[in-house]
Amino acid sequence: MAPSTPQDLASNALVNTFFNWDLILQTFPRLITEGLLNTIVIAIGAIVVGIVIALLAAMLLLSNRWWIRLPARLYVDIFRGLPVIITVMLVGVGLPAAGFRPFGTDPFGYAILAIGIISGAYTAEIFRSGIQSVDPGQLQAARSLGLSYLKAMRLVVVPQGIRRVLPAMAGQFVKDIKESSLVYLLGLAAGQRELYFIAQEEVARTYNSSPLIAAGLCYLCLTIPLTYFMNHLDKRLREGPKPGNPLAIADPHPQTPVPATAGEKA
Amino acid sequence: MTAVTRAPATPAALRVTGLSKSYGSHTVLRDITIDVRAGETLCLIGPSGSGKSTLLKCLNLLETPDSGEIWLGGTCLTAPRADVDAARARIGMVFQHFNLFPHLSVERNVTLALTSVKGMDREQARQIALRRLAEVGLSAFADRRPAQLSGGQQQRVAIARALAMEPEVMLFDEATSALDPELVKDVLAVMRDLASGGMTMAVVTHEMGFAREAADRVAFMCDGRLAEIDTPDQIFERAEHPRLRQFLSQVL
Repeated sequence: MAPSTPQDLASNALVNTFFNWDLILQTFPRLITEGLLNTIVIAIGAIVVGIVIALLAAMLLLSNRWWIRLPARLYVDIFRGLPVIITVMLVGVGLPAAGFRPFGTDPFGYAILAIGIISGAYTAEIFRSGIQSVDPGQLQAARSLGLSYLKAMRLVVVPQGIRRVLPAMAGQFVKDIKESSLVYLLGLAAGQRELYFIAQEEVARTYNSSPLIAAGLCYLCLTIPLTYFMNHLDKRLREGPKPGNPLAIADPHPQTPVPATAGEKA
Repeated sequence: MTAVTRAPATPAALRVTGLSKSYGSHTVLRDITIDVRAGETLCLIGPSGSGKSTLLKCLNLLETPDSGEIWLGGTCLTAPRADVDAARARIGMVFQHFNLFPHLSVERNVTLALTSVKGMDREQARQIALRRLAEVGLSAFADRRPAQLSGGQQQRVAIARALAMEPEVMLFDEATSALDPELVKDVLAVMRDLASGGMTMAVVTHEMGFAREAADRVAFMCDGRLAEIDTPDQIFERAEHPRLRQFLSQVL
């Protein structure tokens, strides 16, 4: 199947540059055995760091006092407003250079911290909006039972608020997974390489972009199922247990034909 | 809030003196002095906007009064260092819109404060919850979510949730106003049982029938003031206050 016309040549070059299956298949084993795990570790680490920061920041953002809101507001505005690459470089290169080395010389920790800080800024606003959307009567009812503000928030308000923002959280998790590739900027040792790093090494070696396609497929294998899983979770929480559940159907008191929402107007 | 540290001479279950509250320039409560005697049912009636609900919410400090004192038995709730959470645990409240926790089962709605405020273990709390739910006729619904219940059932769960804490006083804030008419009577029946069982109750209501039959005393509020307080008989049959007569002619 030797190319005969210039058009064939050009299109073959195009296909070869992006879809050289030999190269793609050759890259996959390392992507899967080394890259995938490292990407997942960085992403989960960043998500966890982000959620912890976000919960704290969201609570501060909900305060009535401006001087409590202020630090959280600044944090959110700054790290949502900065280009991701600047934050990653500031944390991953700047911090160690300034002598602040909580993770020694391991770029992994700095990458997780940097992406977690960025993620936290976005997630804080997601949480705040979710928590604010919970009926104030929920907090009143919890407090009227004697729960302290923090207990009422933890047991009653926050769980409801977070359930409402699951789809937005899915978007944030996807972003965190993608941004884990920025650890590339910090340099990685063998065994630490994540998806993008491995692909980029192959690209540099072969001058062919197919390994990037291979890495891209790996990212999609993470992000798309995650999105669908979160949407599924959201649907389940919205609609309650599956309609097959006998609890939802059997009515021990059949004399109450009024819909469950009765009285919630007014 | 002047610091009087001595408990009043004859402790009522709940005693309010000189309570005032305003939102900005709008005064909602003006110098209210009232007490809820132990074991009595006190109904608060009056036109909307008269401050009844705000007064009720001041009683467990869901609204913070600007001035005045509130005494729960021998405890001053408005003292600077008062343990408000501990006081609230002694006062049950039932809301117009039920405010059940939708993410928790009916049973967990009732046990939440038992375990997290009273520190009870889950099993003990479960027993209490099932007993309280049985009292309002809903023990079969313990595993349901609130959204699977009718409004009347939800409100009865809310009553069970408050009663499980064994409160000294129960506050009802228009507990039947959001219910469809045919569901009102079940909730009122539960409230009547409570009243006749000797529970101390302060009830904001538009149900004049309930006020007339179940109340020991009825307080009429208008324009943020306590205009009249007397027996149901006096209030409904021999009303003299012109605003009260006008109000009754509109609602009866």
